[in-house]
Amino acid sequence: MGWLFLAFGIVAAFGLAALLRRAAMQLAPTEWRSALADMPLTAAFGLMVIAIYIFVASAAPLLAPFPEREVVGSQFQPWSLQHWLGTDRLGRDMASRLIYGARNTVGIAFATTALAFIVGSLLGLWAALRGGWLDQTLSRFVDALMAIPSLIFSLLLLTIFGTSVLTLILVIAAVDATRVYRIARSVAQGIVVMDYIEAARLRGEGSWYLIRREILPNALAPLVAEFGLRFCFVFLTISSLSFLGLGIQPPLADWGSMVRENATLITFGDITPLLPAGAIALLTVAVNFVVDWQLYRASGLKEQAG
Amino acid sequence: MAALIRMIAQRLALGVLTLFIVSVVIFFATELLPGDLASTLLGQAATPETVAALRRQLGLDLPAPVRYWNWLTSALQGDFGVSLANRRPIAELIAARLGNTIFLALYAAALAVPLALILGILAALWRNSVFDRAANAGALTAISFPEFFVAYILVLWLAQSGYFPSMVRISPVSTFGEKLYMAFLPALTLTLVVTAHMMRMTRAAIINLMAQPYIEMARLKGMSPLRIVLRHALPNALAPIINVIAINLAYLITGVVVVEVVFVYPGLGQLMVDSVSKRDIAVVQAIALIFASAYVLLNLTADVLSTLTNPRLMSKG
Amino acid sequence: MTGEVLLEIRNLVIEGRAGEEWLRILRGVNLTLHRGEVVGLIGESGAGKSTLGLAAMGFARDGCRISAGSIRFDGIDLRMASERVKRGLRGKRIAYVAQSAAASFNPSHKLIDQYAEAPVTHGVMSRAQAEKDAVAIYTRLRLPNPEEIGFRYPHQVSGGQLQRAMTAMAMACRPDLIIFDEPTTALDVTTQIEVLAAIRDAVRAFDTAAIYITHDLAVVAQMADRITILLRGEEVEENDTRAMLAAPRAAYTKTLWAVRRFQRADQPPPREAPLLSVRNVSAAYGKKPVLHDVSFDLYPGRTLAVVGESGSGKSTVARVITGLLPPSEGEITLEGASLPPDYRARTRDQLRQCQMIYQMADTALNPKLTLRQIIGRPAAMYLGLRGRALEARTRALLEMIELDPGSFIDRLPSELSGGQKQRIGIARALAAEPKVIICDEVTSALDQIVQEGILRLLDKLQSELGLAYMFITHDLATVRAIADDVVVMQHGRVVEQGTKAEVFAPPHEPYTELLLSSVPRMDPDWLTNLLAERAATD
Repeated sequence: MGWLFLAFGIVAAFGLAALLRRAAMQLAPTEWRSALADMPLTAAFGLMVIAIYIFVASAAPLLAPFPEREVVGSQFQPWSLQHWLGTDRLGRDMASRLIYGARNTVGIAFATTALAFIVGSLLGLWAALRGGWLDQTLSRFVDALMAIPSLIFSLLLLTIFGTSVLTLILVIAAVDATRVYRIARSVAQGIVVMDYIEAARLRGEGSWYLIRREILPNALAPLVAEFGLRFCFVFLTISSLSFLGLGIQPPLADWGSMVRENATLITFGDITPLLPAGAIALLTVAVNFVVDWQLYRASGLKEQAG
Repeated sequence: MAALIRMIAQRLALGVLTLFIVSVVIFFATELLPGDLASTLLGQAATPETVAALRRQLGLDLPAPVRYWNWLTSALQGDFGVSLANRRPIAELIAARLGNTIFLALYAAALAVPLALILGILAALWRNSVFDRAANAGALTAISFPEFFVAYILVLWLAQSGYFPSMVRISPVSTFGEKLYMAFLPALTLTLVVTAHMMRMTRAAIINLMAQPYIEMARLKGMSPLRIVLRHALPNALAPIINVIAINLAYLITGVVVVEVVFVYPGLGQLMVDSVSKRDIAVVQAIALIFASAYVLLNLTADVLSTLTNPRLMSKG
Repeated sequence: MTGEVLLEIRNLVIEGRAGEEWLRILRGVNLTLHRGEVVGLIGESGAGKSTLGLAAMGFARDGCRISAGSIRFDGIDLRMASERVKRGLRGKRIAYVAQSAAASFNPSHKLIDQYAEAPVTHGVMSRAQAEKDAVAIYTRLRLPNPEEIGFRYPHQVSGGQLQRAMTAMAMACRPDLIIFDEPTTALDVTTQIEVLAAIRDAVRAFDTAAIYITHDLAVVAQMADRITILLRGEEVEENDTRAMLAAPRAAYTKTLWAVRRFQRADQPPPREAPLLSVRNVSAAYGKKPVLHDVSFDLYPGRTLAVVGESGSGKSTVARVITGLLPPSEGEITLEGASLPPDYRARTRDQLRQCQMIYQMADTALNPKLTLRQIIGRPAAMYLGLRGRALEARTRALLEMIELDPGSFIDRLPSELSGGQKQRIGIARALAAEPKVIICDEVTSALDQIVQEGILRLLDKLQSELGLAYMFITHDLATVRAIADDVVVMQHGRVVEQGTKAEVFAPPHEPYTELLLSSVPRMDPDWLTNLLAERAATD
């Protein structure tokens, strides 16, 4: 039965996405219509899911029937009208914690990715632009850091700095910034060899102008797609760490730790602890669908130009 | 050949250098600690005397480079010091578990590598077919799932019905067959996640290759599709495929940590997670060094192997 | 020459995929080829030459489809034929020679393995026979060490030799038809001659029919019995080579011929002091020396052409002058004052005086900036123009390059044609109000008619503004059209320099002689005569 419901849900969601895409095409300004017209259904589904998550995260206190951290009943209650998804091992409302989790888990992952991106991409663009010893030093240093698998490195740093939300964000951002640096640098290296950069250099432009006006606008499309991928990666890493009990700490509602705390139910055949894991998976799938579409568009445009 | 040998020697030297830097990073990461290890371990209640005593005991009164040198030389001889949490020799803690982790990783690799290569190559050859689209959507979904989600779905599906155990109780006396059976679910979890990544990369590498002008040339010479793949694409595909395999085997190292925890598998990953929550820095350092070395060595092997497949280097006299 | 018909293409329509729609690449083209005949296919980029060439093999690239018309090869309908039948023909009876031999040889196999592949798999001869045969064909194509060269990998053979090796590979099964797709476009003129001679000789010896695709009229005049001219997927004119050269009929064909007629008016000898001087410059990339003791002068209002083949160091000279590559010895002076070797040490005014126009307009314009921003930036930066003054100046610059400011000023480079982009490059250089403009192969990526327009524009601007041009090029036709003074370079050294009249009139330096004589002429007997002449002097 469960599988049937799942299949029905997926079909319904895609149907809804198709409807929304059609509606968007009617309403959107003409210059967007061509982009919307070749949008695959998966991407429409992805955008819809992302929009729902953003809505749930921002409206969490309005949507949640109970407070995030309060014990509101006995432990491990089954699903009921009062507690839609039952209660957890301390007697907190699962549905409410799931809703607040959107805010905490996604918010923290987003902040971390953003931080990693700002630091990593600026350094990467700068290194590619300047070249020479600065690029060499930075790149060799990043290479060395990247020789340590990221989860292992994160675990090491978390051991040293302890686990709080702030250290979590800083540690994961620092580890991830090395990956962003690599990508931003290689994207920018493709751009700095262009004659228009040489022309701007010979004009006497400074580094900041070159990065801001000449490189960044051209690097933006690949970097945005990459942001999606990095977000998925960071989101999964943070969830894994939380699942391991080393990430976001209770009593903050978080999807990864919710799975861990209530995992015992799974052995009794109860799927409730899998819902937060499913929420993680759904968002990651959605972002990946959108990124895939963007990458496909970018490669398609390149083929046409070439 | 001389160029080839020089090239490989260069790669090996670079690998050793990377390992050295990795060990430096892992060791000196503890120096970032606010305060020092002794006061962190003892907490705020510690008196200056007890802190000083512990510092002496841990050798913290020596200068950092000396401590690094001692740590590295003993680690190279298999002595990682003692655990800060329970005072047992770390080598002893690790010894039993290292084999289990290697077993699990190899088990998953043995399933994933052939599966991923076959799926990836077929998807690339039947590009834009129903099979390709389905394989792609499936792979995209699989890489989007956290490992523990995949693991619990398998538990719910295969362990609930009693086919396979959801907890792995491997002991040194287990036979190989028992081990394979016990470790099936964790290995399958890793396989699913790694296969998805590896399949996508293989597909991309093959598609990139099939767009080369020399492939079109082979088609214009009237060669059969099979011959084009075997004779023209494959020799050039070896290097990218080797790299794809290396990247994904390295990925197993990360994946193994979560999966071991879910299935209570007695491996290094689980030990590492335990030690992180106890903040047993000595054990974490030792395991990080092992994982990082494995990672570096994998990449190094891939590098050397793909160099060997390059005719430009093989043929230079 | 009027033997039986070998290939007959009727009303061929081929479409290419662009996003969700299909665009027509060929719009109903006819082509007839007799046994042993060579047809030249001429057209600008995007005319559909390669698509037609491949269609003669019943082949359409991925993303393209043959949607109407018929292709008959020796009585076989290639549109209807099964893949199996087509595979049996390809490589055996119809062969293909690609533009880039370096990319079209499989890097993993030796030349002989790739040579023998078609004859052995098509069952034409045994491997041992093929190896013996290869030596004979390599010899005929005048490859050095024909006995041994087959046992090398593609990366161990030079570009010109590789192109001949590919022709040999195409000949392996003694096909009835070979498609040559721009086989010499990527080669230097002196190398091109050898390849052209080898191809022509081999095609004649085996009485092979051929479709020779190129954009170079002079080349096709040497190779083809008949010429077909394509424009945007349609045939414009078709005629016997000599007849077409003598009397082109279609208006488009006439414009192709007319291109070669532009000639800058002769200038009086320079009276002023040199504006820019390169004095005894030597330079190196890392430890590899690329320039040796190069000296020349550039005068106001005059055009200096720096001519050479790839590897001659002509573009490196430009990098030294602009300060991108500081020289190891020597100096650059501007109006008598020495310029700092590194551009970062130069003053803004020194940078302003010397502007650059690039070969590839596509990579020279930032695709994310509008023309207003691209042209306006130098004017704002160097001359301090703001607001309305900047707007007026930008519009004036667009008018100078003959583009309508009203409709162009807010466009992105992607909304322009190749020639228009190159004009924007010119406007950006002019915006700085420089004294010297370095033009680095500015016309070589453009189609001939567009080249003409750019050269005329540059000439007009020069006489209006009194600019000094340094024109870097490998194309001697361009040199003849626009240069006042010429510097010939080879292997990083100046071989000869002087006014155009001095350099182009005998007696020549041996290298200049080789270079001048290697440029194909529109005369269909040119190659034959030249080879005879060279054989006589040897």
